[in-house]
Amino acid sequence: MGERRVELEVLRFNPETDSEPRFQRFSVDCPEEWVVLDALNHVKETVDPTLSYRWSCHMAVCGSCGMMIDGEPKLACKSFLRDYAGVIRVEPLRHFPIQRDLVTVADDFVAKLARVKPYLIPKEPKAVEAGEYLQTPAQLKRYKQFTLCINCMLCYASCPEYGLIPDYIGPAALALAHRYNQDSRDGGRTERQEEIASKAGVWECSFVGACSEVCPEHVDPAAAIQQVKIQSTLDWYKEHLMPWLKK
Amino acid sequence: MESIQTDVAIVGAGGAGLRAAIALAQADPGLRIALISKVYPMRSHTCAAEGGAAGVIKSDDSLEHHFNDTVGGGDWLCDQDAVDYLVQEAPKELIQLEHWGCPWSREPNGSVAVRPFGGMKKQRTWFAADKSGFHILHTLFQTSLQFPSIQRFDEFYVTDLLVDEGRCAGVVAIEMRSGQMRAFHARAVIVAGGGAGRIFPFTTNGAIKTGDGMALAYRAGVALKDMEFVQYHPTGLPSTGTLLTEACRGEGGVLLNKNGRRFLQDYGMGPETPLGKPVLKTMELGPRDRVSQAFWQEQKKGNMVPTQWGDAMLLDMRHLGEKKINERLPLVRDMSISYMGVDPVTDPVPVRPVVHYMMGGIDTDIRTATRLPGLYAAGECACISINGANRLGSNSLTELLVYGRRAALSAIEYLQGGVPAAGASALAAGSTAAQARLRELMQRSGGGETLAGLRKEMMQTMEQHAGIYRTGEGLAQACETLAELRRRYQRIELHDKTNVYNTDLLQALELGSMLDCAEAVTQSALARRESRGAHQRLDYIERDDANFLRHSLAEFRGSEPPRIGYRDVVITRSQPGVRDYSGGHE
Repeated sequence: MGERRVELEVLRFNPETDSEPRFQRFSVDCPEEWVVLDALNHVKETVDPTLSYRWSCHMAVCGSCGMMIDGEPKLACKSFLRDYAGVIRVEPLRHFPIQRDLVTVADDFVAKLARVKPYLIPKEPKAVEAGEYLQTPAQLKRYKQFTLCINCMLCYASCPEYGLIPDYIGPAALALAHRYNQDSRDGGRTERQEEIASKAGVWECSFVGACSEVCPEHVDPAAAIQQVKIQSTLDWYKEHLMPWLKK
Repeated sequence: MESIQTDVAIVGAGGAGLRAAIALAQADPGLRIALISKVYPMRSHTCAAEGGAAGVIKSDDSLEHHFNDTVGGGDWLCDQDAVDYLVQEAPKELIQLEHWGCPWSREPNGSVAVRPFGGMKKQRTWFAADKSGFHILHTLFQTSLQFPSIQRFDEFYVTDLLVDEGRCAGVVAIEMRSGQMRAFHARAVIVAGGGAGRIFPFTTNGAIKTGDGMALAYRAGVALKDMEFVQYHPTGLPSTGTLLTEACRGEGGVLLNKNGRRFLQDYGMGPETPLGKPVLKTMELGPRDRVSQAFWQEQKKGNMVPTQWGDAMLLDMRHLGEKKINERLPLVRDMSISYMGVDPVTDPVPVRPVVHYMMGGIDTDIRTATRLPGLYAAGECACISINGANRLGSNSLTELLVYGRRAALSAIEYLQGGVPAAGASALAAGSTAAQARLRELMQRSGGGETLAGLRKEMMQTMEQHAGIYRTGEGLAQACETLAELRRRYQRIELHDKTNVYNTDLLQALELGSMLDCAEAVTQSALARRESRGAHQRLDYIERDDANFLRHSLAEFRGSEPPRIGYRDVVITRSQPGVRDYSGGHE
């Protein structure tokens, strides 16, 4: 098994003992097929047990280990050492307050998820005894991609708007709202539009598209946001120019 | 210590905990619900389940078939009344999830699609591509957000149960972000803390699967049941242990030895079935215990493919074609390419058995109640005994829904029966004791033992002696080592003595949970002198119904090893028989 000496430069900050963040260099021998997370675990086990970061599944589905790796928002469990040369710089996700070391404060993101009513508001309520709603594969496909978000927050770290305007609901939460809006079983779009078609919603997005580039699950939140903008524009025209179409 | 008053505290916010919380909120909007988890709910390990959830839905199937598959698959160690409840409630729960928006894969006519799964005689596994657990978890989490009475405490690690007058009266937890302890005074507690796969070094389980919920109940005097039954999933990537779902075989993938032979036919699961036309309940659709054991036997014969991570078999899915693999198994393809550098569309993927699931856990009755009044358990941490000696794939996602809800209903019945207010002095004493233990651990110095060192020794011991095949001699050795490791654990010393998000402390507490669970596994395994399901003894190779058609119960005894007792299995109508997975079974 091939090994290689890896130099990690990791941001450290403990609010109890540090007045400001600093970088610490670790030099560890790692098998070539390791990911950055493996290297961090190796550091924690053998060099510095005080290093703090979140992780769990090691298969890019739990969304815990988002961090900045060489300046890009990445999942540490899917960032292969072989793709990096020289010193690898590891920092907490951009745009979030640092709780400690690589651990960020996620409160704002979690609150925004809840704000967009990300649950099915049934178009036609149905008792469980009446069986499932029918949904064809084509209907499923209209929203399926937007269900794949693992809430890793990489898109927020990549989004320049979110960096400037913390009130912005942001890519993942908007894509999630759109996911339910697009679901053939759902009738809650009007309720959600109040939240997401607002100033802090889709209209804050300037279509940089970084969110979709960094998304590890190919959710394409930028596409979701543009679709909401179009729908919201159509809503406006219907309401103001063709009021007779209103239900 | 600051205290939080609530009606029901739920420990763990994965599938079972979230399902319980929603059921509580729906049943009585006035209830105060504290949902406490050491991670954000969407990080819970339910997200990693891939293949699907079993529930009878198609017209050629019946509850009786699901019952028989489960009981036989469990080698008759299942409690049959519990299995009856599971199979009856399963379709309702899966439809309920559908109504909440779960993106189940569909048939062309829009009805829910099902796929074949190991040990199941009919197609009854509901799935959402190969991210079924992920979608179930997120659907539950998102649905839970509409209930204001569910108050979440994310990233709180529960250290102790509070007990007063023989009733469970709450929990004590550390808030990770501040390092402060909080007391939750609750009238009932539901533990849904997941499994303990991390006691082994090679596992599909995420880092958080450290048996904390099991250890909480165990230390409070509730037995751990059937802990010797540890499931190896046959198909993990040899490099990382990453799971490749059984659906790979359900969709038609086959297992080959180094000679290209589908070797399962040589281990009672033949004759060979046509390539790409999987036949239910035989060959590659045999149960997990049998397939993993066949791997071990074949490895002994030198028929496996050597890799840099050890011997592997080959999972060949090439004949499924790129379109089907992309549609049904996208995650499998992505993982194989990322972590092994092998594309299943063009090459067979090396795989080997990997620790996946604990059939055993907190002893509960079929209402999820433990022997400690006010304490309930559901999900992988619980042993309601629907899985017996070997769980069938796709029954556990169903279990956490059915019994997560059941735990909520049982807790409500308990509250309605009138729960006397817990004594303030007992609650205070419990909290103070928990805090004192934590302080002692934080301040200890000169102990000389390291967390990483002990953890590694524990994992090596489990791998060496408590794997797919076991011997009395090896297990006795493992018991001795674990007793010693538990003693040494009292001397571990933390490097990190600060308060904010102290993962050194968190991992030390998790190691304490794991050591207790590991000892319960090896002691129960040593005492079970027979081979049944996932527990195979080279020195007792036959199933012994006369002596061991019984559940083992490990009773915590502080620093001493647990005492192992037994309880009869509940048999209502299916008498122990032969598990026949040959193609001639019907």
